Amino acid sequence: MSKDLLKCSKLNKWYGNLHALKNVDLEINKGEVIGLIGDNGAGKSTLIKIICGVHGLDNGEIYFEGHKVNIKNPKMAMDLGIETIHQYNTMFQEMSIARNVFIGREPVKFGLSSLSILNEKKMNLESMKAIKDVGLDLRSPHIPVKELSGGERQGVAIARSMYFKSKMLILDEPTNHLSVKETLKVLEYVQSLKSIGIGSIFISHNLYHVHEIADRIVGMARGEKVCDMPKEDTTVNELIKLIG
Amino acid sequence: MFSKNKIKSLLSRPEFSALAIFIFLIVVFTFVNERFLNSRNFMVILSTYPELALVALGITILMISGEFDLSVGSVFAVSPIVTMILIADYELHYIVSILLGLLAAAFIGFVNAIVTVKFKIPSFIATLGMLFMARSIAVVISGGFPPSVPKDLPTDWLVGRVDMLRVSIFWLIGIALICNYILKKTNFGSWIYATGENKEAAKDLGINTFWVKTTCFIICSVLAGFAGIIQSFRIKTVITSLGQGLELQAIASAVVGGASLMGGIGSAFGALIGTFLLLIIDNILILSRIDGNWFKFAVGALIVIAVILNTLTKNSADKIRLKDDD
Ligand SMILES: Nc1ncnc2c1ncn2[C@@H]1O[C@H](COP(=O)(O)OP(=O)(O)OP(=O)(O)O)[C@@H](O)[C@H]1O
Ligand SMILES: [Mg+2]
Repeated sequence: MSKDLLKCSKLNKWYGNLHALKNVDLEINKGEVIGLIGDNGAGKSTLIKIICGVHGLDNGEIYFEGHKVNIKNPKMAMDLGIETIHQYNTMFQEMSIARNVFIGREPVKFGLSSLSILNEKKMNLESMKAIKDVGLDLRSPHIPVKELSGGERQGVAIARSMYFKSKMLILDEPTNHLSVKETLKVLEYVQSLKSIGIGSIFISHNLYHVHEIADRIVGMARGEKVCDMPKEDTTVNELIKLIG
Repeated sequence: MFSKNKIKSLLSRPEFSALAIFIFLIVVFTFVNERFLNSRNFMVILSTYPELALVALGITILMISGEFDLSVGSVFAVSPIVTMILIADYELHYIVSILLGLLAAAFIGFVNAIVTVKFKIPSFIATLGMLFMARSIAVVISGGFPPSVPKDLPTDWLVGRVDMLRVSIFWLIGIALICNYILKKTNFGSWIYATGENKEAAKDLGINTFWVKTTCFIICSVLAGFAGIIQSFRIKTVITSLGQGLELQAIASAVVGGASLMGGIGSAFGALIGTFLLLIIDNILILSRIDGNWFKFAVGALIVIAVILNTLTKNSADKIRLKDDD
């Protein structure tokens, strides 16, 4: 059994004429945190959107747990065990916390797969438990998400990915708009994944945070991978020079 | 005493303002005209109600999913015309004919969905095109004169009288209850709201937004077709202009009932109240012998007032912050 969780080789992606990913290789082991850094527009989100099935791949290969995979849509990525917290808002303002946590993967009592009766009791209980687990204290699973603060919303997004205990977690700038305290919580959470063998990709512009929690740091610029090294081999100042 | 919690959840319901206006108008109209609140008058109002409400219900579900359908008035004619042609010219069993009439509606809904979702055209435009095409089909396949409704056609199960009502009202109630249940209590219902509110996020969370929208287009179309069949059974004739102009009335009902043009908001109950509001306004104008042309004015005013009220109540609901002891 290898420790390899995800292996991407020679990934390429074009947006029309824009060559957004150029022969990018990436490897993640179980229980490893990759810090992915790079300037705005470097291609970080593009890379992870391919891994989580949001975008198709123009060419290249992806192996997950040693098997070649063809991730055609987000559902396939989730079924493999790849959870993603996107850079943009993936909450539904008008819907309750419980609905948001389980959206797309609701526990049901009975019915056909796409038309089944929701198990609301389970949704309410489990969503509150998942939210407690990420250190957030929200009163009720019925509150619509529009009434939460930015940090609380991020907490719900993290609880969502945590609940579905994935094999791999991708966090695209999860600490944007968060207070110092809440940021620390997110960092702690990512740290805690290591011990249960979950591999993660952590994208952030805050190089101090990246340096603190990552085992390995991957830098990108203009669609190319420009560095890939264990964090012990580098310092924050060097990283600033590298990608700045 | 009402808890803050209850008031808040009441205010934030999409159909709240429609319900408030509804109660207000019932009271006012009762004073304006003593004939308003009598049972015979309500029987008149209720006779066309199920047909309009079914169309508004379909539009509401589609609007929740973030789309829109202008072709419902034309589908309202296509389904009964197909049904009658199959009964009269092809001598098919009437149930089979009705099912095929509904299938025609479903197909139109499917085409609307493909054009809108696959080609990424605003549904407003796609279904505007379908409004003309479907109406044209209705005229062409019937040669301009659809066969008349056979005298011996069993219609009681659909439009027969029960006391002062028509059976169709029970069909409406049944269908509305099912729709409400699907919207509020099933995973598919959740996906409809999610798709309407934030399609990209819904997609990225693994929801097949294409099928969610397509299903809603089909539901909307089939309900419009079914409503058309009910109407043709009730008036015992089919004409090619059946349902002309109905689309705007149905959309007005949906919007008054709290459905949002932006998607993600609306309810089955709202569609029922919205439709009823439009009908009682029409009714009071007739009772009071006011020039019928004021109807459009009243509907227009109602739409604007209902939407403003909606926004206001929603805002004030959002302002009520619950404390821990609530
Ligand atoms: N859907 C899209 N269509 C066309 N071009 C895109 C699309 N998404 C991204 N791009 C382009 O691809 C390039 C890489 O974008 P990407 O979002 O991957 O950058 P990023 O590294 O995540 O940047 P940031 O740190 O600002 O989030 C940019 O030049 C961007 O303009
Ligand atoms: Mg990005």
